[in-house]
Amino acid sequence: MRMVLSPAQGEVIFRSRLVGRITWLYLPAFLIAAAMGLPLLYLGLRALSAGPAIWEWLGRVQSLQLLLRSLGLALAVTLSAAALAVPLAWLVTRSDLIGRRIWAAVLPLPLVIPSYVGAYLYVSLLSPHGLIPTLLTPWVSRSAWPSIYGLGGAWLVLTLMTYPYVYLNARAVLAMSDRTVEEAARSLGYSPWATFWRITLPLLRPALASGGLLVALYVLRDFGAVAILRYTTFTRAIYLHYQSSLDRSTAALLALVLVVVTVLLLVIQQRLARLNPAAAVHAPKPPPPVALGLWQAPALALVLLVVGLGVGMPVGGLIYWLGRGIRAGETLGAVSAPLLNSILAAGLAALVTVVAALPLAVLAVRHGGRVSRALVGWSYLGFAVPGVVIALALVFFGANFTPALYQTLVMLVFAYVVLFLPQALGVLQAALRLVRRNLEEAAASLGHSPGEVFRRVTLPLISPGLASAAGLVFLTALKELPATLLLAPAGFPTLATRVWGAVSEAFFARAAWPALILIGVSALSMLWFNRNPMTRNEPNP
Amino acid sequence: MSQHLLECRHVYKSYQGKTVVADLCLDLVAGEILAVVGPSGCGKTTTLRLIAGFERPEQGEIRMHGQPLVAPGVFIPPEKRRIGMVFQDYALFPHLNVFENIAFGLKGWPKPQVQRRVEDLLALVGLHGMARRFPHQLSGGEQQRVALARALAPQPQVLLLDEPFSSLDADLRLKLRVDVRAVLKGLGVAALFVTHDQEEALFMGDRLVVMNRGHVQQIGTPEAIFARPANRFVAEFMGNACFLPARVTTEGIQTELGMVRQAVPWPPGTRIDLAVRADDIGFDLHGTPNGRVVGRIFKGMLNLYQVELASGQVVPALQPHDYLVPLGQPVRVYLSAAHDLACFPAGGEDDFEASLPAGQEPRTVDMAHP
Repeated sequence: MRMVLSPAQGEVIFRSRLVGRITWLYLPAFLIAAAMGLPLLYLGLRALSAGPAIWEWLGRVQSLQLLLRSLGLALAVTLSAAALAVPLAWLVTRSDLIGRRIWAAVLPLPLVIPSYVGAYLYVSLLSPHGLIPTLLTPWVSRSAWPSIYGLGGAWLVLTLMTYPYVYLNARAVLAMSDRTVEEAARSLGYSPWATFWRITLPLLRPALASGGLLVALYVLRDFGAVAILRYTTFTRAIYLHYQSSLDRSTAALLALVLVVVTVLLLVIQQRLARLNPAAAVHAPKPPPPVALGLWQAPALALVLLVVGLGVGMPVGGLIYWLGRGIRAGETLGAVSAPLLNSILAAGLAALVTVVAALPLAVLAVRHGGRVSRALVGWSYLGFAVPGVVIALALVFFGANFTPALYQTLVMLVFAYVVLFLPQALGVLQAALRLVRRNLEEAAASLGHSPGEVFRRVTLPLISPGLASAAGLVFLTALKELPATLLLAPAGFPTLATRVWGAVSEAFFARAAWPALILIGVSALSMLWFNRNPMTRNEPNP
Repeated sequence: MSQHLLECRHVYKSYQGKTVVADLCLDLVAGEILAVVGPSGCGKTTTLRLIAGFERPEQGEIRMHGQPLVAPGVFIPPEKRRIGMVFQDYALFPHLNVFENIAFGLKGWPKPQVQRRVEDLLALVGLHGMARRFPHQLSGGEQQRVALARALAPQPQVLLLDEPFSSLDADLRLKLRVDVRAVLKGLGVAALFVTHDQEEALFMGDRLVVMNRGHVQQIGTPEAIFARPANRFVAEFMGNACFLPARVTTEGIQTELGMVRQAVPWPPGTRIDLAVRADDIGFDLHGTPNGRVVGRIFKGMLNLYQVELASGQVVPALQPHDYLVPLGQPVRVYLSAAHDLACFPAGGEDDFEASLPAGQEPRTVDMAHP
């Protein structure tokens, strides 16, 4: 045995020989990590093969415009989400707002709506032939309505669907942070308002930045909402280029640029998430909430507006279209085939992903060396890469090298594995960390080989984690849209593609049943996310 | 005009119907350190927060220089009180460095003065050269010093310290309380110091305020409180006293350990309890044994023995560190005190009110002894 002094904990850790003997895990881990990187590597080669045309393309005004459109939307949504989230979080944690406990619980709800379902519901309500303009025609002409399509609509819809990321971060910090710091500022002569600007807001900054970057990532990666709202960003441009089938290396190049931008944002987000200056110390008695007085009415109006637009409208719209659909003869039975297809694909994805993640997780937790860390870091790639990019890479790769697998379930499941392996890794690592190493050492001292120890001690102890990881991947895969759209075999409709297809042709009532199921699925996966500290804070588009 | 810097008059505070501070009256004189001491939950921290302005009392007045801070229809917010506070967990601003933390309260000061003031304070608390560090880069003791410097920077009229040493190691605590007392005395700042540690209170306070269950039990100098506790609670909390049953006779006080010649205000025949501490009791191996050694705690310089008397009562007794007696040894126990002992009517609860004649005001009792 070697004694290793861990500087972080200041305690002595015994590295047992057990650890040395799990190095055989490196082989499968290497293979899995390589498979994760393959699509992206191919995409890069493909894009570079375009040769000097790349530079020409990159220099074009259109490309710059596209970049500006994507980044501009991301920036606008991030700022408006933060501007909504901070006052909302403050109101529910620090003020005597009427019904603040209820609002605190209701405000994060837009998170459970997949972006393309949300976009569908807003379009179905607010487009010129949508429900609300139709109802109001006697008073307001249809043409007088501002268009839901384009930048304005995308901005509004994405803000309403993403502000909870910032809200949840800000609420957590405001609820936990050490309020004696604010009292200290008061005792040094600062008014409550000055204290908010000088102390509270600066302390919120890391949480706001990290939540804001989640929003920006969400917007950059989003495919469904911007496509339905007809605002051309990178993801939509990639899809359109791919569909036109003429110019595939441009699509690859676009995808690559998008990957670079998202990876950059993700790296910054991870850095910020680690930064945590505010030591959370609870005051013995939390001070009484701030009395809003005359501000009660405007504060309540703001909360009602956000809840009405972010939760009330989509839910109302869903109920309306469900009713219309049922009257028109749409039944749950009609979506049974897509439902079964979705369950099949997502189930396979869950199984394969968890099996692939296990060796990586064991390596990362039980053998925190440089190589295993690099392998795990590399496998997180799927997290940085938008679904449409992975899908596109696999389309190219499949069509050229594995035509037998192209347009089969294998390809789709592989895409899901690349996309959702990071989620499974997170949950499994958390589960493994909870298994105290001396339990394994005890088993070894009782004469068990490393394999037996893993099978008889470790595996049973992490089985809840395995179930959790599988469940999470299953639910996330079920609602995935862009990869499913590009890779699902012909004649293999899923819930997501059914919603997409119906909405593209403006059959809003037909989309209601699958949308309802998808929202339910999304709510379940959100519970899973929140239950697990490892996966909290990560976007769930 | 009052000669007092700070006065609290009949202040009441309750949370959700539970009284936390009742009928609080205390005064702070310029340049004085008042140590508020009591077990946890006695209302001492609430007292501090009421004075700082973080809590509003239901009743009562708080005045500074005779001007009301809190009175019917008056509530001066904390930022207008010019009262500094050192928090239990320091509450340093994590996003500001040491310099910025200390300069935080120097609003509107010209830059060169801010620079000089912060440097002076850094030197005063012994943190030269640490101005650019951030709170998380400092040790607990250094954070404590920054917190003190920050509170002192705007020259507050009164400084409040809420258990400022409770999160430090024992060694550091001893060193820092010497330093802090020296700084406060050197500047002549009036301070209200809250602690649950009686030893710390005895060291820090020019005067002590002993509190229990929201009530002030006794206010007085450390010596007076130690020698003449106003009630059983004070005797027990401040001196670790134990109570020896006794009876008043015409010659003095009859106890299991013999006669104590001391005048008491009760008629002969009254049953009383005599408060005795370990340093009031001695034992030896001469004469007829009247007790038996049942325990010994080695304190380094001293041995703290537990001796069981014939009646079954166990009393503490101090002996030199080299005085070793085996457990079970029969010994002769005697009262060795050369001073008067505090006594209380027998059968009283530990609650102080029971030990006071009905109708008597419990507050500001300086001594119960005639």
